Order: sequence, then structure tokens, then C-alpha cells
Amino acid sequence: MSERHAEHYVAPVDDNEKIEVDSVRLGDRRSNLWIDAWRDLRRRPLFYVALVIVCVVALAAAWPTLFTQVAPNRGCELALSNGGPTAGHPLGFTRQGCDVYSRVVWGARTSLSVGMLVVLITAFIGIPMGALAGFFGGKVDSILSRIGDIFFSIPYFLAAIVVMSVLSENRNVLTIAFAIAGFAWASLARIVRAEVLRIKNLEYVAASTAVGRSRFATLVGHVLPNSLTPVIVTLTISLGSAIVAEAALSFLGIGLGSSVMSWGNDISQAQVTIKTAPMALFWPSLFLTITVLAFIMLGELVRDGLDPKARARR
Amino acid sequence: MLRYILRRLLQAVPVFLGTTFLIYFMVFAMPGNPIVALFGDKTPNPAQVAVLEAQYNLDKPFFVQYVLYLKNVLTGDLGTTFSGRNVNEVFGATFPVTLKLVLMAVVLEFVLSVVIGLISGLREGKYFDNASVVVALVLNSLPVFVALFLAQYFIGIKWGLAPVTVGRDTSWGAMFVPALVIALTIYVTGMRLMRGSVIEARSEDYVRTAYAKGLTSRRIVPVHIARNSLIPVVTNSAASFGALIAGTTITEGIYNIPGVGNTLFQAIIRGENATVVSFVTILTLLYVIVNILVDLLYAVLDPRIRYV
Repeated sequence: MSERHAEHYVAPVDDNEKIEVDSVRLGDRRSNLWIDAWRDLRRRPLFYVALVIVCVVALAAAWPTLFTQVAPNRGCELALSNGGPTAGHPLGFTRQGCDVYSRVVWGARTSLSVGMLVVLITAFIGIPMGALAGFFGGKVDSILSRIGDIFFSIPYFLAAIVVMSVLSENRNVLTIAFAIAGFAWASLARIVRAEVLRIKNLEYVAASTAVGRSRFATLVGHVLPNSLTPVIVTLTISLGSAIVAEAALSFLGIGLGSSVMSWGNDISQAQVTIKTAPMALFWPSLFLTITVLAFIMLGELVRDGLDPKARARR
Repeated sequence: MLRYILRRLLQAVPVFLGTTFLIYFMVFAMPGNPIVALFGDKTPNPAQVAVLEAQYNLDKPFFVQYVLYLKNVLTGDLGTTFSGRNVNEVFGATFPVTLKLVLMAVVLEFVLSVVIGLISGLREGKYFDNASVVVALVLNSLPVFVALFLAQYFIGIKWGLAPVTVGRDTSWGAMFVPALVIALTIYVTGMRLMRGSVIEARSEDYVRTAYAKGLTSRRIVPVHIARNSLIPVVTNSAASFGALIAGTTITEGIYNIPGVGNTLFQAIIRGENATVVSFVTILTLLYVIVNILVDLLYAVLDPRIRYV
């Protein structure tokens, strides 16, 4: 031990009165998590970029004829196989002589329907599984979490490969969505469970039980709505991943039939001519990437905006 | 520690049973004749049908079928591929190639994560940091087959820097491009972990103390900051090792690398579903095992994890 002692430290006297520290100024702008996030997002240019892309893709999915008058499957002429751009056909032709631009536009519908269905199914299974496990704990938790572990332990793309391989007769948007979401829900369930565990011990939950609401009503009325923030972010990002998964399955030839417009199908068909006609491969790849990027970026930005710590760091 | 290991292994038993059951269930409880489904679009050959029916014991009740199938899996008998080769033999021949590819990809991912994450963390909010976050996000959203086609087209065809496909030559050099592409599409998670912990470490007391002692950044950055930030990146790389072992199907297919993933890829394309099921089972089991090892590694590296 050294002989020198530091002088006793005394904190400086805080001149602020307690009431000032705790006071809430009524003139301040109304604020909550989502309002703060919105104020933050409004100032980020990338947010608008992502939003515009998502809106355009959604428009193309809902009303493809707004963007192109050319039918994607009809009027294909083999004479035009892998032809370059001409008037009315700005992106050239596929190997089968179909209009690339029109196929790309119509492909948005497939991608987006698969993505949204996957999100719906994932939420439909994942949220109850996670919420019940986290809220009721004990045996319910053990059983539901073990079931989740099993689904979590099979990489969902491999599982989807098996399902789609076996379903060679029934490959459509719905089965592909089930094949992807049937295993992807497990990671959402984990997130929901963790969030519910955090929230169920807060005072307002205890208050709700104290005034006589049933456990289940408390879960649905108070715990779930307050644990949805990470769920929304995760689902936005998983919409992007689902679109990639669909394209990958179609690329492997076990996705949608070749008559269906899908970016994965077009990429798969164009890969043979990568040397001679790279553009037919490039366009569907580009639109796929931009769409996926927009959804992932949107999710990330919203996550950032909702996180006060991340906001403070910027 | 030993108790933790045993516990973790015990936990894996229901997972193992569950995953094999699910895979079996997906194939054999689907509507329609599973044997016909296993042949995909091909017309079944009576001899092969007989072999498959014997292998999967389809004349017995469902649970008996599953138990017998489980026995086969546990004794390492996964049947034969469509061309009549033993699945184990094919796996043994192809696995070293996949392992090589995945190892190289994981090492590259680790280096990218550490280097870019460190620089980003040290220059938080500056130009490099902002740019690297956006670049990582874009690369991460790039579907792996798109990234591979871009590499094939530019590196292989246009500039002629590397072969367009790998084929038989499975040396480290030949597989560098696909490994790099994989690494580029996944390094974002590790980079963020590194960046986050560097930013955190920079404001820690021990770093301030080190500066106060008069040490320069040249020593503080590698010794005090980087070393303490590595643990999450190491475990993340280990986790991506597991994910990649089970997820090289498309990469190996496109780059024609003769690994496990390519075998699966070819089986999928040809509609040889019995082979698909065997290989998916193998890959899933590998994935489960690697994940257990990752958990154990995590416990070894980070003493704060309690072995309960």
C-alpha cells in the first residue's frame, strides 16, 4: 500500500432544485417512440429512397399495366432471341425472344406476393409461439421453446428445398410461401419471446393484472402491443429475405413453374447465356437486388430510428 | 465446464430427433405416393421403387417407418444415390472440398469484419464509416447467385483474371473467387459487431488510462481496443461456419465446385429427390453439430457465460 492517500472526494453541490430536474414542460412537443422515430427518419435521405422503391415495386405488383403494355409471355419471337433494345422494348429480349422489361415488371407481383405471404405466415405462427412461451413461462415455455429449437435447427432454405422438391405437382405461390415460412417463423418466435420476457415484469403489466384483467387479456392488451417494435423491423427485413429465397428456389428449378413470371426463373434461364447475352441476366438480377435492398434498408433504418441510443450516437 | 458440455449435448438429443422426424415427415406424410414424389418428374423404374420401398419400410405404420429410418441414420446408412453410389461414399469424397471452401470463406469474412469494423469504429461518423456501413448493407442484400454471376462475368469472362468455374481443380487458389464472394455477402454482421465493440471500448476506462499513461495509438489500438473487441467477431465467424457448411448449395452449383452442396444442387436440378433428402439430412445434422461446438467455443472464450 502506498502512503499517500487521495483526498476525500466530495461531489459538487447541485444547484438545480429537484422539481426542475423532474419537471415536464407542457409546451414541449408531444413525443413517443414512434413519433421520435418518424422525426429521425424524416431527416434521412436513404429512408425516402427505400420508401420510393418499395412504393414503385408495390405499384408494379398491383398494376403492372401501368408500366408496360407488352404481354410478358405472348408475342415472344425466337427470331428476336437475346436481341438488344429496340423501340418499345427498352431492355431487349430473353433467350426465348420475350420482352425483358415486361417480364421484369410482371415479376414484381410474384416476388411481392411470396414475400407478403411469408411475412403473414411467419407472424401468424411466430408471434403466438413466442408470446405464449415468454408470458406463461414454465412448462409452456419449455415445450414451445423446444419445438421452436427444432425448427430453428433446420436451415430454412434446406427445409424449403425438401418441401418444394417433394411437391413437384403443386408448386405455386402459396406452397412456396408455406415452404419458406414453415421454418422461418422460429427465429421470429425467439425475438418475440425475448421481448415479452422483458415487458411482462414491467409495472403496467402488474397493474393490469391487479385491476382484475385475466392473464390472457393482459398479454393481448398490454404485453403484445408493446413488444411489436422489434417484430415489425424483423418482418420488414424478412420480407426481403423471403423474396431472395423464392428467387433462389425458382433458380434451382423447384420454385414456380417456368410459365410464371419470376425474377428467379428469368435469372435461371438467362444464366446459360452469361457469356453471349449478359444483359438478359443482368436486368432481373438488378431489379431483384434493388427490391430486396429497399426492404432490408427500410427495416434497418426504422430499427435505427426506434433506437434512442443509435439516434444519440449520430 | 464438463457439466455444461454434457447438458448442451443432452439438449441436442431432442433437437436431433425432432429435425430427423421433421425431414422424414415432410417427405412421407405429404399427400400422394412418396415413392413417386421421390422420383420427381422421372418415371419410376420398378427395381428402384422396390429398393426405396425396402429402404423406407413403407409397408409398416408411420412411426415404425420413422424409427427404422432413424436407426439407419444413426448407423450411418443413408442409402444410395440415384446413380447407385453409396451416399456415405459420395459425402466422404465431396466433404473435404466443401470444408476447404467454407474455411477460406470464413477466414476472409473474419479478416474483412475485423479490418473494416476496426477502421469504422475508430472513425465513427466519418466518411469511411458511413460509406462502409452503406457498402456492407448493399453487399448483404445482394442475393448470393447474383453476386456470383457478377463475379463470373467480370472477373471470369470480361477481365479474365480467374477461371469462370472451378471444375476439377480444387486448389485454394482456384476456389478463391467464390470464397471471396461468399465472404463479401456475409461480412456485414461481423463488421457491425467489431465496429460496435470498438466504439464501446474506446470510451472504456482502461483505454483512457492507457492514453493517460502516455501510450500511443499505435499500441493502444491493437493491444487494448482490438483485442478486447474480437470475441463477438470470433463467435460470429464460428456461427457463419455452421451456416455455410449447410448453405453452399447455390455457390457450388454455379461455380461447379465438386463439394457436398454441388451434389445436392445436381440432385435438385435432376429431380432426384431421394438423394436430396439424404443430403439435406446430412447437412442439417452437420449444422446442428457445428452449432453445439460454437456454443461450447463461446463458453470457452467468454468467461462471463455461466456454465449452468
